[in-house]
Amino acid sequence: MKIEISEKSVRNEIARTVEWVSGQNLFACYQCGNCTAGCPVSFAMDLGPHQVIRYTLLGLVSEVLASNTPWICASCLQCTSRCPKGLDIARIMEALRTVVLRKKERLDHISIVDLTDDLIDRTPQIAFISGFRKFLS
Amino acid sequence: MGRVGVVFCLCERLGDSVDKKAEGIQETIEKEVDFNWLATHPGVCTKWGIDFLIKAVREQKLEGVVIACVAPKSVGPTLKKAIVRETNGTVLTRCIGLPVGNPEPSTQSETVETLKRSLDELRNEKSPQRAGPSIERAMVVGGGIAGMTAAIDLGNGGYETILVDRLPSIGGRMLQLSETFPTLDCAQCTLTPKTVETGQHPKIQLRTYCEVEKVEGKAGHFTVTLRRKAAYVDWEKCTGCGLCQEKCPQKTPSVFDRGVGLGKAIYTLSPQAVPNKPVINPETCRYLQEGKCRVCEKVCPVDAIDYEQKETFIREEVGAIVVATGFDLYPLSQIGEYGSGSIPDVVDGLAFERLLSASGPTTGEIRRPSDGRVPKEVVFIQCTASRDPDRYMPYCSRVCCMYTAKHAKLYKHKVPDGRAYVFYMDIRSTGKGYEEFIQQGMEEEGTCYLRGRVSRLFQDGEQIMVWGVDTLTAKRVEIAADMVVLATAIIPSEGAGILAQKLPGVETDVHGFFTEAHWKLYPVDTGTDGIYFAGCDQGAKDIADTVAQGSAAASKVQALFAQYRNETSPEAQGQR
Amino acid sequence: MDYLYFPGCTLYTKAKNLDVAARECAKIVGFELRELPNWTCCGATFPLAIDNLMALLPPSRILATAMEAGGNLTTLCSVCFNVLRRTSYLLESDLEKREKIFDFIEMEYRDGLRVPHYLEILRDEVGFETVKAKVKRDLKGLRVAPYYGCLLLRPFDEMRFDDKENPTILERFVESIGCEPVDFPYKIECCGSFQSVSAPEVAIECGYAILKSALKNGAEVMVSTCPLCQFNLDTKQREIREEYPEFQGIPVLYFSQLMGLSFDLPMEILDFQRNDVDPLPFLERKGLL
Repeated sequence: MKIEISEKSVRNEIARTVEWVSGQNLFACYQCGNCTAGCPVSFAMDLGPHQVIRYTLLGLVSEVLASNTPWICASCLQCTSRCPKGLDIARIMEALRTVVLRKKERLDHISIVDLTDDLIDRTPQIAFISGFRKFLS
Repeated sequence: MGRVGVVFCLCERLGDSVDKKAEGIQETIEKEVDFNWLATHPGVCTKWGIDFLIKAVREQKLEGVVIACVAPKSVGPTLKKAIVRETNGTVLTRCIGLPVGNPEPSTQSETVETLKRSLDELRNEKSPQRAGPSIERAMVVGGGIAGMTAAIDLGNGGYETILVDRLPSIGGRMLQLSETFPTLDCAQCTLTPKTVETGQHPKIQLRTYCEVEKVEGKAGHFTVTLRRKAAYVDWEKCTGCGLCQEKCPQKTPSVFDRGVGLGKAIYTLSPQAVPNKPVINPETCRYLQEGKCRVCEKVCPVDAIDYEQKETFIREEVGAIVVATGFDLYPLSQIGEYGSGSIPDVVDGLAFERLLSASGPTTGEIRRPSDGRVPKEVVFIQCTASRDPDRYMPYCSRVCCMYTAKHAKLYKHKVPDGRAYVFYMDIRSTGKGYEEFIQQGMEEEGTCYLRGRVSRLFQDGEQIMVWGVDTLTAKRVEIAADMVVLATAIIPSEGAGILAQKLPGVETDVHGFFTEAHWKLYPVDTGTDGIYFAGCDQGAKDIADTVAQGSAAASKVQALFAQYRNETSPEAQGQR
Repeated sequence: MDYLYFPGCTLYTKAKNLDVAARECAKIVGFELRELPNWTCCGATFPLAIDNLMALLPPSRILATAMEAGGNLTTLCSVCFNVLRRTSYLLESDLEKREKIFDFIEMEYRDGLRVPHYLEILRDEVGFETVKAKVKRDLKGLRVAPYYGCLLLRPFDEMRFDDKENPTILERFVESIGCEPVDFPYKIECCGSFQSVSAPEVAIECGYAILKSALKNGAEVMVSTCPLCQFNLDTKQREIREEYPEFQGIPVLYFSQLMGLSFDLPMEILDFQRNDVDPLPFLERKGLL
C-alpha cells in the first residue's frame, strides 16, 4: 500500500484538532515507542499509541478513527509519565475520543443496554461514571 | 582612557530592517550613551572594513573602540588582532552582538545596555602594560587520554608540563575499557605505552592524587594551588612491590570496577599503574575506620605506610592550563523505571567493560554480578538517559551506538551460544569505519537489533523482565533477560562545575560541559586566554576526537608561548 | 486534628468496607473525618481534553465548598483523590481557567486549601510511629503486597504523592501495622480501570497479571486503596478464574481493613463480607484471628 503525502495531509484537520484539544505537539514525537512498550493494554490495541501519533500526523485519519486504540486506553498515564519528550499521550488519546464523540450523531462506545444485572450489581459506581464519561457521546 | 568610539556593522545578515534598526538604535545611543565617535559600516569583517576601522582609529585618535556586529565571537578576535597589530597594542577593542531579524524593543534596549557595559569595561581596563614573556611551563588537569596526549605533545615541544590527576595514577577512563571500536584493539595495549611514555618523559612531572584548589593570574602567569590528598603511604619510600595490597584483608565493591568487582582498602588502579604507588581509601580502611588492623604497615618491607599523613598544598607557576577532566556516566540510581540501580544484573556500559576486560574482576569472562552465572540472553539499551529532554539529558551521547555494537560483538565472541539484543532509536555511526562495524555486527554476529525504547525493567525471579517495543513491527516486546547493559548518558565528571568556578572566565553550559569560545572556530578555547580544554569535559566524544582535541590544546599552548616571546605588546598576546 | 471528608459516590455504598474502617481507625490515631456538606459526585475522571471546562465544574465546586467550610479536605477513593488533587493543582496554576470556572459556579476561590490523601495524613501528620503504637493484634509474618495502581501516583508533577516508579508509602504503612511488605513489580501497573465496563476481557488480563505477580513474589494478601482497583482485583477474581482455571486466588483488602484488623476493631466494622475473596479462612489458618 502506498500513501500520498502532502502539506494537506501532514497538516490535516484531525491532527490540528487533536493538537488543540490535547495541547500537545505531535511533531515532538520521535517515535521511540516508549508509550507502546510500557502500555499495560497495548496488547489489545490494533495500533500502538506511537503509531496512532504517526498516523494522525501523516493524515491517515480513517485508519486512526477506525482503530480501537483510544477506546482500549485506560488513561493510566504510564505513557505520559515515561515519555522522553514530555508528551502527554493520554491527552492525545482523549482528544481522539472527543473527535469522535463530539460528532453530531451519537457514537457510543459502551452499550448500556448490554450491561447485565449481575455486572451492574457488582460494579462500583465510579467504574460506570468514568466509563460513560470517556466513551459516551 | 581617552577617546572611545562605537562602530555598528550593518551587514546583510541583519535583514531588511537594517536601516530602520540602525536609526532606532542610533537615536537611543546618541541620547543615552557616552562616547566620542560613532560610525556604521556595511561589513567590518572584510578587508576594506578592517582598513576603515584602522583609518578611523588613527584619524579619530581613539584609545578604545566597541564594535557591534552579528557574529562577535567569530569576527571579534580577527578585528582585535588587526587593530592591535596596526596600533602596536595601544588601542583596546571590544566586540558585542547585534540581534538578527526584526528587533523587539526589548532586545534593542538590551543592545544599548551591553554597549554601555562594554564601554565601561574599556574605560576601566588598565592601559596596556608589558607583561613580559610567559612562564613557559604548562599544567594539564586530568590524566586521561586527552590530558596525556596534550602533556606528551607539550613535553615533546620542549615545555615542562605538570600533569595533574585526582586519582592515584594516570590513564583515566580508557584504563577501564576492554577493547575499543572500530578496530577492537585492546585498550590497555593502546594506552599502556602512552602512560609509560608520560611517566618517563623528562619534561612531564606527574602530580597524581591531587586536585586543583585555586587558580590565580592570567595567561602567561597563572599560579595554581594543588591539594595533594593524604595517601597514607610515603611514595618516596614505597617501591610498588604490591605486598600491602595482597595482604589487605578488607574487600569492598571497587569504584574502578564499577561495583562488579571487589577492591582492597589499599590499592593501585591496575598492576601497570603509573605511578605504581598505592593509596589507602580512608572510607574503607579498617584501621582508619575502626582503629584496628594495621596489616599493611606490618607487611610493608620499607616502612612506607603512614596513617598520620595529612593532605598538603603545592603551588605551581604556569603560563597556560589545559583542562581535560573527562566524563562520568549518568547514575543508575536516578533511573527509576530501570530499577534505580537496585537490580544487580542491570549494569552500565563501563561496568560491562570491566567484565569484558582481561584485567577486570572476572578476567574477561562474562559473568552475572548477582550469581556469577554466564548470561545467555543479554539486552543492551541505547540512549538510556540520553535524548530524553523531559526527564534526563536531551543530547546524544555520541559513543553509545558504537560501544553497544562492540559490547554485543565481544559478548558473542565470549559466549557463542548467547543471544544479544540491542534496543536502539537510531544508529549513529558517523566516524571512519564505524558504519561498517555496525553492519558487521548485525550480519556476522547476529546481533538482534530492535528499534524502540524500553519502558521498564524489573527483577522477575532470577531474570530481568524487559518491556520494550519494536516500532518496525509496532509490537510490544517482552524479553526475560539474564543481564541488561544500559548505555547511560555521558555527563561531565563530578566536580567539573566546581573546577570551572575556580578558573577565571571559564563557563559551563546548562549540563556542566565547558563552553568553547566559538562553536566552530575556537573549539578548544575557553573564554580566557591561556586556558584550553580537551576531551569529554567539553561534550561527549569518542577516543579519536578526544586525542585530536588533546593535541589541538597542546598546540594552542605552544603558540601562546611563542607569541608571548615574539610579540612586544601584551594585547597582541593571546590567540583570540 | 479535623479533616473535611469527601466520601464520593462509592464510599457509602459499594465501598463501605473502605470507609467505615478508615473512619474508625482515624479516631484511634487521633483525627476525625467530618463529612463535607453538600457534596456531589466529583465526575470520576479528570478531563484530559484541555477545552473541557464542564467536567472541571463538579470538582471545583467541591473544592470551593471545602474552602468555604475551612480546613483541609481529605478523601479515600483514589479516583476522587486524583480528580480533586489535579483540579486543585489546575486552579492554583491556571488563573484564566480558575476565573472562568469560579465565575460560572458563582463561588469564591480562597487560597490555602490542601487536599491530602488519608495515607498522607498518616505519614505526614499522624506519623507511622503513632500508628504502630496503636497496634493491638500481632500480624507478624503476614506477607502483604501493597498495590498502588495509577491514580495515586500519576501524573507525578501534579499529584506529588510519592515516587512515581518506586513509591513506598504503603510499604511503610504495612510495616507500621506489623506486617511484612512484599515487593512486586506490578504494584504501579494499571488494574484495567473503567475498561471493566467497556472491555472486560482487557481488564481481566490486567488484573490477572497483577495478582499473579504478587503471588509469585510470595504475597499472602494484597492491600488496595481504591474501590475500582478493589473491583478489578477482588470482585473480578471470579471471572479471572473462569479464564485461568489454575489461578489460585488471593484475598484483597482495603488498607483500612488491614489497619482496623491490627487495631483489633470488631468484625462488623471490618466488614469482610463485602470482600469477594473472604480473607477470614486464610487469616484463621495463619493464626491471626
